[in-house]
Amino acid sequence: MPDKVLKVAIPVSAVAAFLLLWHAAASFYPLEQFPRPLQVALAIVELVKAGRLAGDIGISLFRLVVAYSAAVCCAVPMGILLGRCPACLRGIDPLVQLLRPISPIAWFPLAVLWFGIGNAPAIFIIFIASFFPVLMGTVGAIKTIPESYYKVSRNFGAKPSLVMVSIIIPAAFPGIMTGLRIALGTAWIHLVAGEMLGADSGLGFLIIDARNFLRTDLIMAGMILVGMLGLILNSLISLAENLINRQWGMTGGAA
Amino acid sequence: MGNDGRSCIMPSSQGHRDTMNNRPVPKISLIDAEKTYRSSSGETQTALEKARIDINEGEFVCLVGPSGCGKSTVINLMAGFEQPTGGSVTIDGKPVVAPDPDHIMLFQDYGLFPWKTALDNVLFGLKCRGVREGEAKKKALAALDSVGLATYANRHPHELSGGMKQRVSLARALAVEPSVLFMDEPFGALDAFTKLHLQDELLELRKKRLLTVVFVTHDLDEAIYLGDRVVLMAPNPGRFVNIMEIEMATPRSRTDERFDRYRKELLTAFDLVHRQSSMISKTLVTERIQQDGSGI
Repeated sequence: MPDKVLKVAIPVSAVAAFLLLWHAAASFYPLEQFPRPLQVALAIVELVKAGRLAGDIGISLFRLVVAYSAAVCCAVPMGILLGRCPACLRGIDPLVQLLRPISPIAWFPLAVLWFGIGNAPAIFIIFIASFFPVLMGTVGAIKTIPESYYKVSRNFGAKPSLVMVSIIIPAAFPGIMTGLRIALGTAWIHLVAGEMLGADSGLGFLIIDARNFLRTDLIMAGMILVGMLGLILNSLISLAENLINRQWGMTGGAA
Repeated sequence: MGNDGRSCIMPSSQGHRDTMNNRPVPKISLIDAEKTYRSSSGETQTALEKARIDINEGEFVCLVGPSGCGKSTVINLMAGFEQPTGGSVTIDGKPVVAPDPDHIMLFQDYGLFPWKTALDNVLFGLKCRGVREGEAKKKALAALDSVGLATYANRHPHELSGGMKQRVSLARALAVEPSVLFMDEPFGALDAFTKLHLQDELLELRKKRLLTVVFVTHDLDEAIYLGDRVVLMAPNPGRFVNIMEIEMATPRSRTDERFDRYRKELLTAFDLVHRQSSMISKTLVTERIQQDGSGI
């Protein structure tokens, strides 16, 4: 099975090469300025031993789940409505296109003024960061439902509620799922940014806190943890997406 | 074969009154049905020009013609997906104002829901009709069985071949026991052998129940093989040019001398239609070349 070996060997050697490069680059600098991979690994161990890690990860994930779920609960129904009602979409589209390019980070000063320091500003920022990708994904998914699905439903005399539950939502599901995956990535990125600015706990705060003590090894440890958790989140949602696409027959050619 | 009581209505004015006086109300009736569109530049385009036909209960009528001749417009008008801009379209004497579960349309792209299994696709139609769960399942399985797909009930559409998908679609239609089937180039995407199989299966299924079928195709052989009558249509504007009665018992043989005669007759008429429409497009091309001042 050389294929299988290659499949594992290539990413592993890429990571190894990256670590070597990092190590080599870092050896030109003092440890305090540019820590080497080993120092960062030790810093992670230190975090685990101090019992701080679980708490920070937990609070970060909690904020993510709350904000992301709220965004999904608002954006999906709104996306379905806008996708089904071209007049509504035309009406609200300029507003959406105006708000969408504003970086969620730009909301920060206001978020802190309105909600103070704590969970709320970070949750607010993640909500904004994930709302638009889910909304756009849902609108797009609804608009691309083949006309024939509606024709068949009308032909058999399906009630509007049955069309919604049995046709529109499942037909749009793969497209909505793509929006959900993109939004999760965006949400995670902005969570860390949010915690760096307006929180006193979480992974973002860990990084900022480490900076205040000039612990570059802890800064990098925080960064790596953020990356690893992002990777896990993305893998989980990609797995779900693939399962759905397989069920929908999206990988086996059009139905 | 349902030959009795059939009227061969030519696209002229004398036909309909005869039908009204001497014969039962036709199943489907087009009286000067017309469909025009307003294009974006504001011009009126005629998709279908005053079409007239009476289709009797149990009859199998094929619509053939080159693309743009309005075949799909006719079937969409009959199925209630579109409304005529002039004249009338009636089924069982009532004007068609909306799609009706008693008249089911089959599409070239099958119209199946890819996330539902074959069984769930068939169940959807029954669920729409408010059939109870247990009974619906029994009916759905029977319908799948009648198209030879009982063992594929739990497969998803992407696991089925094109011919099987169209069978599922047929089963979904038959399960709700419609009186009319509208088929819009249903076998157009299938390979030649699958197509022949499905044509025979369709004829077999029709023997078991009283079913009026309107079948759109661009395949003349298919039309002659299946139809009690074949309506030839022409484009620019879309219209009926000829309604031909196929007086051959089913199953028909494609190598039969009479089959050949019908084919020739249709081909001659078709050729004429084709030449007329290509003349128009040739004139357009010539004009364009002259305008550009260059050849191709």
